[in-house]
Amino acid sequence: MNWLRGRAALQSAASLLAGVTFGAGLQVGGMTDPQKVLAFLDLAGAWDPSLILVLGAAVAVALVGFRFILRRGAPLWADRFDLSSRLVIDLPLVLGAAIFGVGWGLAGYCPGPALAGLALGNEETWIFVPALLLGSALHHFTRRPPATH
Amino acid sequence: MSVQGFTPVPALAGGLLIGLAACLLLGLSGRVAGISGIFGRLPFSAAGNRLWRVSFLTGLLLGAWLLQALVPALHRQHFPSWALALSGLLVGYGTAMSGGCTSGHGVCGMARLSQRSLVATCVFLLSAILTTYAVRHLWRLGG
Repeated sequence: MNWLRGRAALQSAASLLAGVTFGAGLQVGGMTDPQKVLAFLDLAGAWDPSLILVLGAAVAVALVGFRFILRRGAPLWADRFDLSSRLVIDLPLVLGAAIFGVGWGLAGYCPGPALAGLALGNEETWIFVPALLLGSALHHFTRRPPATH
Repeated sequence: MSVQGFTPVPALAGGLLIGLAACLLLGLSGRVAGISGIFGRLPFSAAGNRLWRVSFLTGLLLGAWLLQALVPALHRQHFPSWALALSGLLVGYGTAMSGGCTSGHGVCGMARLSQRSLVATCVFLLSAILTTYAVRHLWRLGG
């Protein structure tokens, strides 16, 4: 039992560390500012390319890092990798992405920056985040149950 | 189109940190740093599956808070509340439906060279760009 509790503690520590790094990255990159995000999405306006650089750098680092990590076969403090193995490009993927995009393009928030905003005194997120949770729950309760094989 | 407000160095640094965060979560815990899933599934996850989510999200808030002295925020004013609520609903619903967001699909999925994530990312980027155009230049909402 002590071993299991130790594992859980390590996983919490890992998650906390990763979270702090992530939140710091969002803040440093300016992504917690919806106006900066919209300045990227607004191609017809005064265009700010910063977002694509944030995304590009993140993908580049993760691409290299993931290769090394996945080659090891297992994570350091857990039994296995919890990765999606889905391959088919289906309607929920595309339609869901389109719907997400409309929401993102409207206010300039995606989930991470909106949550960060709660810690930054950004009052807009007091409305956005509960709505986010509600939207997510709405999908959860109305989705067709996944087929069992 | 005129380029304004471009902050390449902080953007690179921020992206680096985000990429690093994804590596930390995967390498240490074997999990994908997809915020929509981590947060969205929190109310529905089993007891043993909650603590790591809370830890990550707490860290996210903490990390942003700690760095705000470096990058002070100029909070937007007068954006209509109904639009915030609608956005939240759409983002919540859409990310749940597609199984990811900018971090889940855009960073982690693409880093895994996932075709699903590449498609999702292209779709939500295009959708967002079209929406922003409509909102700002056709309906002139929010300023």
